[in-house]
Amino acid sequence: MAKIKFTLNNKQVEIEKSPTARLLDILREDFDFTGVKEGCGEGECGACAVLINDQIVNSCIVPLGTVEGKNIVTIEGFSKTKRHEVLRNAFEEEGAVQCGFCTPGMLIASESLLNKNPHPTDEEIKIGLSGNLCRCTGYNMIIKAVKSASKKGDGLW
Amino acid sequence: MKDISSSVRKVDSIIKMSGVAQYVDDIKISGMLYAKTVRSTKVKAIIKNIIIPELPSGYHTVDHSDIPGKNVVSIIFDDMPVFAEKEVKYYGEPIMLVVGEDKDVITDIISNIEIEYQEQTPVFEKIKSAINYHFVKGDSNKAFKNAKKIIKYDYETGYQEQLYIEPQGMIGEIENNKVTLTGSIQCPYYVKNAVKVVLDANDDEVRVKQAVVGGAFGGKEEFPSLMACELAVALRKIKKPIKLIYEREEDMQVTTKRHPAWIHMEAAINEFNEIDGLTAKAAIDAGASIGLSGVVLARALIASTGAYTIENIEVDGDVFLTNTVPNGAFRGFGAPQMLFAVEMFIHHIAKELDIDPLELRLKYLAKQGDATSTRGKFRDPIIMNDMIKKAMEMSDYKNKVKAYEEEGTYKGIGMSWFLHGCGFTGSGEADHIKALVKLEKGADDKVTILIAAVDMGQGIQTTMKKIVSHILNIPLDQIIYNKPDTDLVPDSGPTVASRTIMIVGGLVARAAKQLKEKWEDGKQIVVSERYKQPEYIKWDEDNFIGDAYPAYSWGVNIVEVEVCPVTYQVTLVGIWSVYDVGKAIDERIVMGQADGGILQGVGYGYLEVMRNENGRIVHKNVTDYIIPTTGDTPPMETFLIDNPYPLGPYGAKGAGELTLVGGAPAVALAIENAINKKVTRIPVTPEYIMELMKNG
Repeated sequence: MAKIKFTLNNKQVEIEKSPTARLLDILREDFDFTGVKEGCGEGECGACAVLINDQIVNSCIVPLGTVEGKNIVTIEGFSKTKRHEVLRNAFEEEGAVQCGFCTPGMLIASESLLNKNPHPTDEEIKIGLSGNLCRCTGYNMIIKAVKSASKKGDGLW
Repeated sequence: MKDISSSVRKVDSIIKMSGVAQYVDDIKISGMLYAKTVRSTKVKAIIKNIIIPELPSGYHTVDHSDIPGKNVVSIIFDDMPVFAEKEVKYYGEPIMLVVGEDKDVITDIISNIEIEYQEQTPVFEKIKSAINYHFVKGDSNKAFKNAKKIIKYDYETGYQEQLYIEPQGMIGEIENNKVTLTGSIQCPYYVKNAVKVVLDANDDEVRVKQAVVGGAFGGKEEFPSLMACELAVALRKIKKPIKLIYEREEDMQVTTKRHPAWIHMEAAINEFNEIDGLTAKAAIDAGASIGLSGVVLARALIASTGAYTIENIEVDGDVFLTNTVPNGAFRGFGAPQMLFAVEMFIHHIAKELDIDPLELRLKYLAKQGDATSTRGKFRDPIIMNDMIKKAMEMSDYKNKVKAYEEEGTYKGIGMSWFLHGCGFTGSGEADHIKALVKLEKGADDKVTILIAAVDMGQGIQTTMKKIVSHILNIPLDQIIYNKPDTDLVPDSGPTVASRTIMIVGGLVARAAKQLKEKWEDGKQIVVSERYKQPEYIKWDEDNFIGDAYPAYSWGVNIVEVEVCPVTYQVTLVGIWSVYDVGKAIDERIVMGQADGGILQGVGYGYLEVMRNENGRIVHKNVTDYIIPTTGDTPPMETFLIDNPYPLGPYGAKGAGELTLVGGAPAVALAIENAINKKVTRIPVTPEYIMELMKNG
């Protein structure tokens, strides 16, 4: 057991848990941020993606102990931002959401990509989202949505 | 009013994008326990003895001896036990649940349970036929007797995993004697009916609710009934809320998959180089229980001439039982296997006869009025000629296919033609499902759609509301369509077989018209509609004679690839599709089905490898079962051509499965075009291409 302090969706939090606990479980079970999904448990599918210090990370392979002092944003936190609104509109307009299970992770990946590269090409979008699996959409509309968000949100990223 | 096809924003996108949509694992009930399954570690064995360690207080085991009713999961063939009793027939077969508060303690208990087995010789070969179907049209014997040439090929298709991103899960609670199960499911009434048998319960003692479903693709058609039965038995015994969620590895190891298939095709060629007769002999591997395999086989066999009309045919198929994980429903349901074989075979016939494949295919392309493979009739207009023309224009097919035939280009383009029967095979809708739908208008003039259809991502919540909104001329937000709950909705049938829009939506449209006639502001009104088969549809289930489906959707897929001459790695260059789904209820939603369906179908054709070794599925997770990522996704272009079906709502037919079934032959034909070798099995992996390049 250890006391771990970090910032979670803009709030200072502290939790006493095993430092080897999966961040994914802590977020879902202790903080009720169930928008963070478990798809594979091996860091491959991206459904559990969160931002840690602005970097996209799969929370299923992050031990709690490593996030001491860090800034974590889940989909619940990100969804309150203007950038999420732009992405949300683009995803809706392009039809990029089907079952929705991969969607929080896709949006986190899109945010992370646009943060680094506000005007990505199709190829750059594909590389940026290649760590997030989706089985419903064939990705086509997701790629278009990110492209459209990068245009409509010009200046936000 | 706008045309119904013009797209609206999906009604459930916002909650999914903000992370507040409640999937089954997101549901918490106070005092909830967790369950984990104890599974067979043998492929085939007698259970001699089970030693359970002393359990800590609050921990329980639940097995066959706790079942109040029958130890069987009722699907179609009741041949799958809920918990293994005396024997196990596949690796991973459930034997019992361990239930308690802490997952780590449960895992610890499971690792200390000792099961003594007496191993038996398993069967992996195709020797134990559980079902055989056979039918003929015309006189194929005569055609083969008089043939100038007989062309024979064997085709083989592998497993495919649905790989919904949300693994299977179910949560349950119990009040008095009534169990309520909420799950990631496609078919609330399948689950309810199965649980009733296991608990020997009355109708009002089982309630089934849908959680938001994170993808299904057929994988959540019959499998969730097994989990629900296990959980229901545990609920009755323990009387506390319990959650049962699979992790990915467990899900991949034990849930149903697409049946591997072996298809032998023969064509009788007459002196004019015409296909006089055709025989197809199919075998599908059911795994350790029959389940839905007979229905899967039937759909495969009925598709044995694909989009073509051949006068004289003989079709035969078997469901084989093996000591492997049971296979089951998967988008396409037997058709992807058969359509792969048909599309490859017609090309291989053309090559053997030295005829341009396109010319041969066009000659046999089905036309309105033709007899189907089962001596039914294609009653409605078939617009495949226009669709083919459009697809070839979009992709520049004609020029490319010739150019790529040249040795050494390692580029290829392939085109598949296909159809998909909408709704249940044969008399299923009329005899077994008898769908019932209701619309309820409240005093506030809000209209509630009461059906058991599940939105698993395909957009039914949006499209059903659109149908009602258009007919009643009221805004979408005046219409309520909650996730189905068997205490509230009638049995409109399962969410399967591309039936939801055409059959259930058709009934919803009729009910809406009824409501429109009876409409009085401020008054409570309930209307209902039950499915009636059109009089002219006749089906002889035993002999496969008549109209196997009330209507057909049609499609053309073109896939372009490049094959690396060194590693034989295949890269997708472009995908073009043209579909006739009657009429799209929402164009963007159908386009989304098209994108997802084709990539899943193409993945099946060249990328997704799954096999079992000595009865165990080798692939464990998405790290070794590879599905397409954004990196594999080429530019995709889809075009819909309206061809309204008179009995569908606004002319709509099925769309969900159609978009998958042509993917594998299109990519396989593209690879064949690129390497100038005949492809006879999928997935066409680099290893298989290397084998073809070396041996021919």
